[in-house]
Amino acid sequence: MSQLACENLDLGYEGKTVLSGISFTVNAGDYLCIVGENGSGKSTLMKTVLRLKTPMSGKILHGDGLETNEIGYLPQQTVVQKDFPASVREVVRSGCLGRSGMRSTYSRADKQLAEENMERLGIAPLAKHCYRELSGGQQQRVLLARALCATRKMLLLDEPAAGLDPKATAEMYEWIRKLHADGTTVLMISHDITASVKYASHILHIGKQSALFFGTKSDYLQSEIGRRYADLGGIQT
Amino acid sequence: MMDIWTTLMYSLTFSTVQRALIATPLIALCSSLLGVPLVLKRFSLIGDGLSHVAFGAMAIATVLNLTNSFLLVLPVTILCAILLLRMGQNSKIKGDAAIAMISVGTLAGGYLIMNLFKSSARSSNFSADVCATLFGSNSILTLSTLDVWLCAALSVAVVMFFLLFYHKIFAITFDEDFASATGMNAKVYNLLLAIVIAVVIVLAMKLVGALLISALVIFPALSAMRVFKSFKRVVLCAVIFSVLCALLGIFISIPTGTPVGSTIVAVDIAGFFLFCILGLIKRRRVHP
Ligand SMILES: Nc1ncnc2c1ncn2[C@@H]1O[C@H](COP(=O)(O)OP(=O)(O)OP(=O)(O)O)[C@@H](O)[C@H]1O
Ligand SMILES: [Mg+2]
Repeated sequence: MSQLACENLDLGYEGKTVLSGISFTVNAGDYLCIVGENGSGKSTLMKTVLRLKTPMSGKILHGDGLETNEIGYLPQQTVVQKDFPASVREVVRSGCLGRSGMRSTYSRADKQLAEENMERLGIAPLAKHCYRELSGGQQQRVLLARALCATRKMLLLDEPAAGLDPKATAEMYEWIRKLHADGTTVLMISHDITASVKYASHILHIGKQSALFFGTKSDYLQSEIGRRYADLGGIQT
Repeated sequence: MMDIWTTLMYSLTFSTVQRALIATPLIALCSSLLGVPLVLKRFSLIGDGLSHVAFGAMAIATVLNLTNSFLLVLPVTILCAILLLRMGQNSKIKGDAAIAMISVGTLAGGYLIMNLFKSSARSSNFSADVCATLFGSNSILTLSTLDVWLCAALSVAVVMFFLLFYHKIFAITFDEDFASATGMNAKVYNLLLAIVIAVVIVLAMKLVGALLISALVIFPALSAMRVFKSFKRVVLCAVIFSVLCALLGIFISIPTGTPVGSTIVAVDIAGFFLFCILGLIKRRRVHP
Protein backbone atom coordinates (compact mmCIF):
# COMPACT_ATOMS: atom_id res chain seq x y z
CA MET A 1 0.00 0.00 0.00
CA SER A 2 1.35 3.42 -0.93
CA GLN A 3 1.46 6.35 1.51
CA LEU A 4 -0.87 8.42 -0.61
CA ALA A 5 -3.13 7.50 -3.47
CA CYS A 6 -5.40 9.83 -5.41
CA GLU A 7 -8.01 8.22 -7.58
CA ASN A 8 -9.83 10.13 -10.29
CA LEU A 9 -9.91 13.43 -8.49
CA ASP A 10 -12.06 16.24 -9.87
CA LEU A 11 -11.17 19.60 -8.41
CA GLY A 12 -12.83 22.96 -8.71
CA TYR A 13 -14.30 26.01 -7.07
CA GLU A 14 -18.05 26.45 -6.76
CA GLY A 15 -18.91 23.97 -9.42
CA LYS A 16 -16.34 25.28 -11.89
CA THR A 17 -13.96 22.47 -12.69
CA VAL A 18 -10.28 23.30 -12.57
CA LEU A 19 -8.85 19.81 -12.94
CA SER A 20 -10.42 16.46 -13.62
CA GLY A 21 -9.41 12.84 -13.61
CA ILE A 22 -6.23 13.22 -11.58
CA SER A 23 -4.78 9.91 -10.41
CA PHE A 24 -1.40 9.27 -8.88
CA THR A 25 0.26 7.37 -6.08
CA VAL A 26 3.12 8.26 -3.79
CA ASN A 27 5.19 5.62 -2.05
CA ALA A 28 7.34 6.11 1.02
CA GLY A 29 10.62 7.71 0.01
CA ASP A 30 9.36 9.15 -3.30
CA TYR A 31 10.23 12.66 -4.42
CA LEU A 32 7.33 13.81 -6.58
CA CYS A 33 7.52 17.06 -8.49
CA ILE A 34 4.29 18.65 -9.68
CA VAL A 35 4.81 20.91 -12.67
CA GLY A 36 2.45 22.91 -14.85
CA GLU A 37 1.48 26.39 -15.98
CA ASN A 38 0.29 29.20 -13.71
CA GLY A 39 -3.32 28.69 -12.80
CA SER A 40 -3.40 25.06 -13.87
CA GLY A 41 -4.47 24.00 -10.37
CA LYS A 42 -1.33 22.75 -8.67
CA SER A 43 -1.96 24.59 -5.41
CA THR A 44 -5.58 23.50 -5.52
CA LEU A 45 -4.48 19.89 -5.86
CA MET A 46 -2.14 20.24 -2.91
CA LYS A 47 -4.85 21.78 -0.75
CA THR A 48 -7.14 18.93 -1.65
CA VAL A 49 -4.53 16.35 -0.68
CA LEU A 50 -4.26 18.19 2.65
CA ARG A 51 -8.05 18.06 3.04
CA LEU A 52 -8.31 21.84 3.14
CA LYS A 53 -10.68 21.49 0.20
CA THR A 54 -13.04 18.68 -0.59
CA PRO A 55 -12.70 17.25 -4.08
CA MET A 56 -15.79 17.41 -6.30
CA SER A 57 -15.38 13.71 -6.83
CA GLY A 58 -12.74 11.03 -6.46
CA LYS A 59 -10.88 9.59 -3.52
CA ILE A 60 -7.76 10.37 -1.51
CA LEU A 61 -6.38 7.40 0.38
CA HIS A 62 -3.70 7.32 3.03
CA GLY A 63 -1.77 4.17 3.80
CA ASP A 64 1.52 2.69 4.92
CA GLY A 65 1.08 4.09 8.44
CA LEU A 66 0.63 7.68 7.32
CA GLU A 67 -1.99 9.44 9.39
CA THR A 68 -3.79 12.50 8.02
CA ASN A 69 -2.05 14.77 10.52
CA GLU A 70 1.39 13.51 9.62
CA ILE A 71 1.83 15.68 6.57
CA GLY A 72 3.97 18.79 6.78
CA TYR A 73 3.04 21.71 4.56
CA LEU A 74 4.92 24.69 3.17
CA PRO A 75 2.26 26.96 1.67
CA GLN A 76 2.63 29.47 -1.12
CA GLN A 77 2.97 32.70 0.88
CA THR A 78 -0.21 34.49 1.87
CA VAL A 79 -0.71 38.21 2.40
CA VAL A 80 -1.82 38.07 6.03
CA GLN A 81 1.55 36.78 7.13
CA LYS A 82 3.38 39.77 5.74
CA ASP A 83 2.69 42.13 8.66
CA PHE A 84 2.18 39.58 11.40
CA PRO A 85 3.96 40.11 14.70
CA ALA A 86 5.53 36.74 15.39
CA SER A 87 8.99 35.65 16.38
CA VAL A 88 10.72 32.90 14.45
CA ARG A 89 10.54 30.61 17.46
CA GLU A 90 6.80 31.16 17.84
CA VAL A 91 6.25 30.27 14.19
CA VAL A 92 8.42 27.17 14.22
CA ARG A 93 6.89 25.85 17.43
CA SER A 94 3.39 26.22 16.06
CA GLY A 95 4.21 23.31 13.76
CA CYS A 96 3.90 21.00 16.76
CA LEU A 97 0.29 21.90 17.56
CA GLY A 98 -1.40 19.46 15.21
CA ARG A 99 -0.69 16.49 17.40
CA SER A 100 -0.90 18.16 20.80
CA GLY A 101 -4.67 17.55 21.09
CA MET A 102 -6.26 19.57 23.86
CA ARG A 103 -2.99 20.30 25.66
CA SER A 104 -2.57 24.04 26.16
CA THR A 105 1.21 24.28 26.41
CA TYR A 106 4.11 22.89 24.42
CA SER A 107 5.71 19.78 25.88
CA ARG A 108 9.44 19.69 26.47
CA ALA A 109 9.79 17.34 23.50
CA ASP A 110 7.97 19.83 21.26
CA LYS A 111 10.27 22.68 22.30
CA GLN A 112 13.30 20.47 21.78
CA LEU A 113 12.09 19.49 18.32
CA ALA A 114 11.59 23.14 17.36
CA GLU A 115 15.13 24.02 18.48
CA GLU A 116 16.57 21.06 16.57
CA ASN A 117 14.79 22.01 13.38
CA MET A 118 15.89 25.64 13.64
CA GLU A 119 19.43 24.36 14.16
CA ARG A 120 19.15 22.02 11.20
CA LEU A 121 18.09 24.80 8.83
CA GLY A 122 20.55 27.32 10.21
CA ILE A 123 17.97 29.74 11.60
CA ALA A 124 18.71 29.18 15.29
CA PRO A 125 20.47 32.57 15.56
CA LEU A 126 17.29 34.22 14.26
CA ALA A 127 15.01 32.59 16.85
CA LYS A 128 14.09 35.87 18.54
CA HIS A 129 13.80 37.88 15.34
CA CYS A 130 10.52 39.05 13.91
CA TYR A 131 9.31 36.74 11.15
CA ARG A 132 8.06 39.54 8.93
CA GLU A 133 11.41 41.32 8.97
CA LEU A 134 13.34 38.36 7.57
CA SER A 135 14.31 38.06 3.95
CA GLY A 136 12.21 35.86 1.69
CA GLY A 137 14.76 33.06 1.82
CA GLN A 138 14.94 33.12 5.59
CA GLN A 139 11.14 33.15 5.82
CA GLN A 140 10.93 30.07 3.62
CA ARG A 141 13.42 28.31 5.85
CA VAL A 142 11.36 29.20 8.91
CA LEU A 143 8.24 27.77 7.29
CA LEU A 144 10.18 24.64 6.32
CA ALA A 145 11.35 24.24 9.92
CA ARG A 146 7.72 24.58 11.02
CA ALA A 147 6.66 21.91 8.56
CA LEU A 148 9.38 19.65 9.93
CA CYS A 149 7.96 20.09 13.42
CA ALA A 150 4.67 18.71 12.16
CA THR A 151 6.17 15.55 10.72
CA ARG A 152 9.18 13.92 9.16
CA LYS A 153 7.13 11.45 7.17
CA MET A 154 5.75 13.48 4.29
CA LEU A 155 6.29 17.08 3.20
CA LEU A 156 4.13 19.01 0.76
CA LEU A 157 5.97 22.04 -0.57
CA ASP A 158 4.22 24.67 -2.67
CA GLU A 159 6.91 26.52 -4.64
CA PRO A 160 9.49 26.48 -1.86
CA ALA A 161 11.97 28.46 -3.96
CA ALA A 162 9.60 31.15 -5.23
CA GLY A 163 11.24 34.55 -5.03
CA LEU A 164 14.61 33.29 -3.83
CA ASP A 165 17.92 34.31 -5.37
CA PRO A 166 19.97 31.62 -7.14
CA LYS A 167 22.10 30.91 -4.09
CA ALA A 168 19.14 30.70 -1.70
CA THR A 169 17.28 28.58 -4.24
CA ALA A 170 20.15 26.14 -4.47
CA GLU A 171 20.35 26.02 -0.68
CA MET A 172 16.63 25.40 -0.36
CA TYR A 173 16.75 22.50 -2.81
CA GLU A 174 19.76 21.15 -0.97
CA TRP A 175 17.84 21.17 2.35
CA ILE A 176 14.99 19.36 0.72
CA ARG A 177 17.35 16.86 -0.89
CA LYS A 178 18.91 16.13 2.50
CA LEU A 179 15.50 15.64 4.09
CA HIS A 180 14.53 13.30 1.29
CA ALA A 181 17.78 11.39 1.71
CA ASP A 182 16.92 11.01 5.40
CA GLY A 183 13.71 9.24 4.44
CA THR A 184 11.09 11.98 4.12
CA THR A 185 8.60 11.62 1.30
CA VAL A 186 8.50 14.87 -0.67
CA LEU A 187 5.77 16.34 -2.87
CA MET A 188 6.90 19.60 -4.39
CA ILE A 189 5.29 22.10 -6.73
CA SER A 190 7.91 23.86 -8.78
CA HIS A 191 8.27 25.96 -11.89
CA ASP A 192 11.97 25.22 -11.92
CA ILE A 193 12.25 22.48 -14.52
CA THR A 194 15.99 22.07 -14.01
CA ALA A 195 15.58 21.41 -10.31
CA SER A 196 12.53 19.19 -10.84
CA VAL A 197 14.41 16.98 -13.22
CA LYS A 198 17.53 17.00 -11.10
CA TYR A 199 16.00 16.01 -7.78
CA ALA A 200 12.67 14.28 -8.38
CA SER A 201 12.07 10.57 -8.62
CA HIS A 202 8.58 11.06 -10.09
CA ILE A 203 6.89 13.82 -12.08
CA LEU A 204 3.25 14.84 -12.28
CA HIS A 205 2.72 17.24 -15.16
CA ILE A 206 -0.57 19.10 -15.08
CA GLY A 207 -2.04 20.71 -18.17
CA LYS A 208 -5.27 22.54 -18.86
CA GLN A 209 -8.06 20.62 -17.09
CA SER A 210 -6.22 17.32 -16.70
CA ALA A 211 -2.96 15.57 -15.95
CA LEU A 212 -0.68 15.19 -18.95
CA PHE A 213 1.83 12.88 -17.41
CA PHE A 214 2.45 10.88 -14.28
CA GLY A 215 5.36 8.52 -13.88
CA THR A 216 9.02 8.21 -13.06
CA LYS A 217 11.47 10.87 -14.06
CA SER A 218 13.26 8.72 -16.63
CA ASP A 219 9.95 7.85 -18.31
CA TYR A 220 9.08 11.52 -18.29
CA LEU A 221 12.27 12.51 -20.03
CA GLN A 222 11.58 9.89 -22.72
CA SER A 223 8.03 11.12 -23.28
CA GLU A 224 7.00 13.67 -25.88
CA ILE A 225 5.71 16.23 -23.37
CA GLY A 226 8.62 15.72 -21.01
CA ARG A 227 11.11 16.35 -23.77
CA ARG A 228 9.31 19.46 -24.91
CA TYR A 229 9.13 20.86 -21.37
CA ALA A 230 12.72 19.96 -20.58
CA ASP A 231 13.84 21.73 -23.74
CA LEU A 232 12.36 24.93 -22.30
CA GLY A 233 14.74 24.57 -19.40
CA GLY A 234 17.62 23.83 -21.75
CA ILE A 235 18.07 20.32 -20.44
CA GLN A 236 19.63 17.64 -22.65
CA THR A 237 17.62 14.45 -22.69
CA MET B 1 -6.50 70.92 39.97
CA MET B 2 -7.10 70.50 43.71
CA ASP B 3 -10.77 70.73 42.93
CA ILE B 4 -10.72 67.89 40.46
CA TRP B 5 -8.78 65.80 42.91
CA THR B 6 -11.29 66.32 45.71
CA THR B 7 -14.20 65.62 43.38
CA LEU B 8 -12.52 62.38 42.33
CA MET B 9 -11.83 61.32 45.91
CA TYR B 10 -15.36 62.16 46.89
CA SER B 11 -16.88 60.23 44.00
CA LEU B 12 -14.79 57.19 44.87
CA THR B 13 -16.88 56.79 48.00
CA PHE B 14 -19.95 55.96 45.89
CA SER B 15 -20.60 52.28 45.37
CA THR B 16 -21.61 52.85 41.73
CA VAL B 17 -18.22 54.34 41.00
CA GLN B 18 -16.51 51.50 42.81
CA ARG B 19 -18.45 49.00 40.75
CA ALA B 20 -17.48 50.83 37.57
CA LEU B 21 -13.84 50.69 38.63
CA ILE B 22 -14.06 46.93 38.94
CA ALA B 23 -15.83 46.42 35.63
CA THR B 24 -13.81 48.84 33.50
CA PRO B 25 -10.39 47.16 33.66
CA LEU B 26 -12.00 43.76 33.23
CA ILE B 27 -13.79 44.82 30.07
CA ALA B 28 -10.70 46.60 28.74
CA LEU B 29 -8.64 43.49 29.38
CA CYS B 30 -10.99 41.14 27.57
CA SER B 31 -11.51 43.35 24.56
CA SER B 32 -7.80 43.96 24.01
CA LEU B 33 -7.00 40.26 24.47
CA LEU B 34 -9.36 39.31 21.67
CA GLY B 35 -8.45 42.37 19.67
CA VAL B 36 -5.08 40.97 18.67
CA PRO B 37 -6.32 37.87 16.81
CA LEU B 38 -9.30 39.85 15.53
CA VAL B 39 -7.14 42.50 13.90
CA LEU B 40 -4.65 39.96 12.59
CA LYS B 41 -7.32 37.71 11.13
CA ARG B 42 -8.81 40.76 9.39
CA PHE B 43 -11.93 40.26 11.47
CA SER B 44 -12.12 43.84 12.78
CA LEU B 45 -15.17 44.43 10.61
CA ILE B 46 -16.94 41.46 12.15
CA GLY B 47 -16.42 43.02 15.56
CA ASP B 48 -17.92 46.25 14.30
CA GLY B 49 -20.89 44.49 12.72
CA LEU B 50 -21.54 42.52 15.88
CA SER B 51 -21.62 45.63 18.00
CA HIS B 52 -24.48 46.90 15.86
CA VAL B 53 -26.24 43.59 16.26
CA ALA B 54 -25.84 43.97 20.00
CA PHE B 55 -27.45 47.39 19.72
CA GLY B 56 -30.44 45.92 17.89
CA ALA B 57 -30.84 43.24 20.51
CA MET B 58 -30.50 45.84 23.24
CA ALA B 59 -33.31 47.86 21.68
CA ILE B 60 -35.58 44.83 21.79
CA ALA B 61 -34.58 44.17 25.39
CA THR B 62 -35.42 47.76 26.30
CA VAL B 63 -38.79 47.55 24.60
CA LEU B 64 -39.56 44.27 26.33
CA ASN B 65 -38.62 45.89 29.63
CA LEU B 66 -36.26 43.06 30.49
CA THR B 67 -34.67 43.48 33.89
CA ASN B 68 -31.46 41.90 32.69
CA SER B 69 -30.77 42.71 29.07
CA PHE B 70 -27.68 40.43 29.03
CA LEU B 71 -29.95 37.41 28.82
CA LEU B 72 -31.32 38.46 25.45
CA VAL B 73 -28.41 40.40 24.00
CA LEU B 74 -25.77 37.75 24.64
CA PRO B 75 -27.43 34.81 22.84
CA VAL B 76 -28.53 36.96 19.91
CA THR B 77 -25.03 38.36 19.44
CA ILE B 78 -23.44 34.92 19.70
CA LEU B 79 -25.84 33.61 17.08
CA CYS B 80 -25.00 36.44 14.71
CA ALA B 81 -21.28 35.97 15.33
CA ILE B 82 -21.56 32.37 14.17
CA LEU B 83 -23.65 33.45 11.20
CA LEU B 84 -21.17 36.14 10.17
CA LEU B 85 -18.27 33.73 10.45
CA ARG B 86 -20.04 31.27 8.18
CA MET B 87 -20.78 34.03 5.68
CA GLY B 88 -17.18 35.17 5.68
CA GLN B 89 -16.10 31.68 4.64
CA ASN B 90 -18.77 31.25 2.04
CA SER B 91 -17.64 33.45 -0.80
CA LYS B 92 -21.06 33.66 -2.55
CA ILE B 93 -21.94 36.85 -0.71
CA LYS B 94 -18.80 38.90 -0.27
CA GLY B 95 -17.77 38.72 3.39
CA ASP B 96 -17.51 42.42 4.07
CA ALA B 97 -20.72 43.24 2.21
CA ALA B 98 -22.58 40.66 4.28
CA ILE B 99 -21.25 42.18 7.45
CA ALA B 100 -22.21 45.67 6.35
CA MET B 101 -25.70 44.40 5.50
CA ILE B 102 -26.28 42.86 8.91
CA SER B 103 -24.74 45.73 10.81
CA VAL B 104 -26.72 48.48 9.11
CA GLY B 105 -29.87 46.39 9.19
CA THR B 106 -29.75 45.77 12.91
CA LEU B 107 -28.79 49.37 13.64
CA ALA B 108 -31.78 50.71 11.72
CA GLY B 109 -34.07 48.01 13.06
CA GLY B 110 -33.02 48.67 16.62
CA TYR B 111 -33.64 52.39 16.36
CA LEU B 112 -36.97 51.80 14.66
CA ILE B 113 -38.17 49.39 17.31
CA MET B 114 -37.13 51.69 20.13
CA ASN B 115 -38.90 54.56 18.44
CA LEU B 116 -42.11 52.64 17.74
CA PHE B 117 -42.42 51.37 21.27
CA LYS B 118 -41.01 54.28 23.15
CA SER B 119 -44.10 54.65 25.32
CA SER B 120 -43.76 51.14 26.71
CA ALA B 121 -40.07 51.50 27.47
CA ARG B 122 -38.97 51.79 31.02
CA SER B 123 -37.56 55.25 30.79
CA SER B 124 -39.47 58.21 29.49
CA ASN B 125 -36.34 59.85 28.19
CA PHE B 126 -36.10 58.25 24.77
CA SER B 127 -33.18 60.03 23.19
CA ALA B 128 -31.06 59.63 26.31
CA ASP B 129 -31.79 55.90 26.16
CA VAL B 130 -30.66 55.61 22.56
CA CYS B 131 -27.63 57.72 23.24
CA ALA B 132 -26.70 55.51 26.17
CA THR B 133 -26.87 52.34 24.10
CA LEU B 134 -24.97 53.85 21.19
CA PHE B 135 -22.27 55.79 22.98
CA GLY B 136 -22.31 54.31 26.47
CA SER B 137 -22.70 57.79 27.99
CA ASN B 138 -22.40 56.95 31.65
CA SER B 139 -24.12 53.58 31.72
CA ILE B 140 -20.99 52.09 33.24
CA LEU B 141 -21.83 54.14 36.31
CA THR B 142 -25.26 52.54 36.60
CA LEU B 143 -24.16 48.91 36.93
CA SER B 144 -25.93 46.80 39.52
CA THR B 145 -24.06 44.35 41.72
CA LEU B 146 -25.44 41.55 39.57
CA ASP B 147 -24.05 43.26 36.44
CA VAL B 148 -20.62 43.39 38.02
CA TRP B 149 -20.73 39.72 38.94
CA LEU B 150 -21.84 38.78 35.46
CA CYS B 151 -19.13 40.94 34.01
CA ALA B 152 -16.51 39.34 36.25
CA ALA B 153 -17.68 35.83 35.42
CA LEU B 154 -17.64 36.46 31.67
CA SER B 155 -14.23 38.09 31.90
CA VAL B 156 -12.83 35.10 33.72
CA ALA B 157 -14.30 32.86 31.04
CA VAL B 158 -12.74 34.94 28.25
CA VAL B 159 -9.32 35.01 29.91
CA MET B 160 -9.48 31.27 30.61
CA PHE B 161 -10.35 30.63 26.97
CA PHE B 162 -7.46 32.74 25.81
CA LEU B 163 -4.94 31.12 28.16
CA LEU B 164 -6.08 27.58 27.38
CA PHE B 165 -6.02 28.05 23.63
CA TYR B 166 -3.30 30.68 23.37
CA HIS B 167 -1.01 28.66 21.09
CA LYS B 168 -3.88 27.40 18.97
CA ILE B 169 -5.22 30.91 18.55
CA PHE B 170 -1.76 31.94 17.41
CA ALA B 171 -1.60 29.08 14.93
CA ILE B 172 -5.00 29.63 13.31
CA THR B 173 -4.38 33.36 13.19
CA PHE B 174 -0.96 33.06 11.66
CA ASP B 175 -1.78 30.42 9.09
CA GLU B 176 -5.14 28.72 9.18
CA ASP B 177 -4.35 26.46 6.24
CA PHE B 178 -1.23 25.08 7.83
CA ALA B 179 -3.01 24.59 11.14
CA SER B 180 -5.81 22.53 9.63
CA ALA B 181 -3.46 20.71 7.25
CA THR B 182 -1.47 19.41 10.21
CA GLY B 183 -4.51 18.15 12.06
CA MET B 184 -5.89 21.06 14.07
CA ASN B 185 -9.61 21.54 13.90
CA ALA B 186 -9.52 25.15 12.77
CA LYS B 187 -13.30 25.29 12.30
CA VAL B 188 -13.94 24.55 15.96
CA TYR B 189 -11.43 27.14 17.10
CA ASN B 190 -12.88 29.73 14.75
CA LEU B 191 -16.31 29.00 16.16
CA LEU B 192 -15.07 29.33 19.73
CA LEU B 193 -13.34 32.55 18.78
CA ALA B 194 -16.57 33.92 17.28
CA ILE B 195 -18.52 33.08 20.43
CA VAL B 196 -15.93 34.71 22.65
CA ILE B 197 -15.89 37.79 20.43
CA ALA B 198 -19.64 38.08 20.88
CA VAL B 199 -19.26 37.81 24.65
CA VAL B 200 -16.60 40.50 24.67
CA ILE B 201 -18.72 42.82 22.58
CA VAL B 202 -21.74 42.48 24.82
CA LEU B 203 -19.49 43.21 27.78
CA ALA B 204 -17.86 46.19 26.14
CA MET B 205 -21.20 47.69 25.19
CA LYS B 206 -21.74 48.45 28.88
CA LEU B 207 -18.56 50.45 28.95
CA VAL B 208 -18.39 52.41 25.73
CA GLY B 209 -21.70 51.76 23.97
CA ALA B 210 -22.36 49.93 20.73
CA LEU B 211 -20.74 52.34 18.29
CA LEU B 212 -17.44 52.68 20.10
CA ILE B 213 -16.69 49.02 20.86
CA SER B 214 -14.43 48.61 17.87
CA ALA B 215 -12.13 51.27 19.25
CA LEU B 216 -11.69 49.26 22.42
CA VAL B 217 -10.91 46.16 20.40
CA ILE B 218 -8.70 47.62 17.70
CA PHE B 219 -6.60 50.42 19.22
CA PRO B 220 -4.74 48.38 21.84
CA ALA B 221 -3.79 45.72 19.27
CA LEU B 222 -2.72 48.24 16.64
CA SER B 223 -0.74 50.28 19.15
CA ALA B 224 1.10 47.23 20.46
CA MET B 225 1.87 46.12 16.90
CA ARG B 226 3.61 49.44 16.25
CA VAL B 227 6.23 48.68 18.85
CA PHE B 228 6.46 44.94 19.43
CA LYS B 229 7.29 42.19 17.00
CA SER B 230 6.34 38.93 18.69
CA PHE B 231 2.83 37.67 19.26
CA LYS B 232 3.31 37.20 22.99
CA ARG B 233 4.65 40.71 23.52
CA VAL B 234 1.94 42.24 21.37
CA VAL B 235 -0.75 40.50 23.41
CA LEU B 236 0.81 41.51 26.73
CA CYS B 237 1.37 45.08 25.62
CA ALA B 238 -2.15 45.40 24.21
CA VAL B 239 -3.65 44.24 27.49
CA ILE B 240 -1.60 46.63 29.60
CA PHE B 241 -2.23 49.47 27.17
CA SER B 242 -5.97 48.89 27.18
CA VAL B 243 -6.36 48.60 30.94
CA LEU B 244 -4.28 51.71 31.57
CA CYS B 245 -6.14 53.74 28.97
CA ALA B 246 -9.51 52.65 30.30
CA LEU B 247 -8.58 53.53 33.87
CA LEU B 248 -7.11 56.85 32.83
CA GLY B 249 -10.21 57.58 30.80
CA ILE B 250 -12.58 56.85 33.63
CA PHE B 251 -10.51 58.86 36.11
CA ILE B 252 -10.62 61.82 33.75
CA SER B 253 -14.31 61.53 33.03
CA ILE B 254 -15.64 61.17 36.57
CA PRO B 255 -14.53 64.53 37.95
CA THR B 256 -14.84 66.44 34.67
CA GLY B 257 -18.21 64.96 33.79
CA THR B 258 -17.31 63.92 30.24
CA PRO B 259 -18.99 60.77 28.88
CA VAL B 260 -17.00 57.73 30.01
CA GLY B 261 -17.03 55.81 26.73
CA SER B 262 -15.79 58.53 24.43
CA THR B 263 -13.23 59.70 26.97
CA ILE B 264 -11.72 56.23 27.11
CA VAL B 265 -11.67 56.04 23.33
CA ALA B 266 -10.01 59.47 23.16
CA VAL B 267 -7.31 58.26 25.55
CA ASP B 268 -6.90 55.14 23.41
CA ILE B 269 -6.39 57.28 20.33
CA ALA B 270 -3.84 59.45 22.12
CA GLY B 271 -2.09 56.27 23.24
CA PHE B 272 -2.07 54.99 19.68
CA PHE B 273 -0.28 58.10 18.41
CA LEU B 274 2.18 57.85 21.27
CA PHE B 275 2.95 54.26 20.26
CA CYS B 276 3.32 55.26 16.61
CA ILE B 277 6.02 57.70 17.67
CA LEU B 278 7.62 55.11 19.94
CA GLY B 279 7.64 52.68 17.04
CA LEU B 280 9.37 55.21 14.80
CA ILE B 281 11.99 55.94 17.43
CA LYS B 282 12.57 52.23 17.98
CA ARG B 283 13.04 51.65 14.26
CA ARG B 284 15.51 54.54 14.04
CA ARG B 285 17.53 52.97 16.83
CA VAL B 286 17.69 49.61 15.06
CA HIS B 287 18.46 51.02 11.62
CA PRO B 288 20.20 54.35 12.16
N1 LIG C 1 -10.36 30.55 -3.87
C1 LIG C 1 -10.61 30.39 -5.17
N2 LIG C 1 -11.86 30.56 -5.66
C2 LIG C 1 -12.16 30.38 -6.97
N3 LIG C 1 -11.24 30.02 -7.89
C3 LIG C 1 -9.98 29.84 -7.49
C4 LIG C 1 -9.58 30.01 -6.11
N4 LIG C 1 -8.26 29.75 -6.01
C5 LIG C 1 -7.84 29.46 -7.25
N5 LIG C 1 -8.85 29.49 -8.14
C6 LIG C 1 -8.76 29.19 -9.58
O1 LIG C 1 -8.34 27.86 -9.72
C7 LIG C 1 -7.37 27.75 -10.72
C8 LIG C 1 -6.13 27.06 -10.19
O2 LIG C 1 -5.50 27.85 -9.21
P1 LIG C 1 -4.22 27.37 -8.43
O3 LIG C 1 -3.88 28.38 -7.40
O4 LIG C 1 -4.42 25.99 -7.96
O5 LIG C 1 -3.11 27.41 -9.60
P2 LIG C 1 -1.57 27.05 -9.53
O6 LIG C 1 -1.36 25.93 -10.50
O7 LIG C 1 -1.12 26.83 -8.14
O8 LIG C 1 -0.90 28.37 -10.14
P3 LIG C 1 0.48 29.08 -9.75
O9 LIG C 1 1.55 28.37 -10.52
O10 LIG C 1 0.30 30.48 -10.24
O11 LIG C 1 0.66 29.00 -8.28
C9 LIG C 1 -7.10 29.15 -11.24
O12 LIG C 1 -7.74 29.28 -12.47
C10 LIG C 1 -7.73 30.07 -10.25
O13 LIG C 1 -8.33 31.15 -10.91
MG1 LIG D 1 0.09 27.83 -6.78
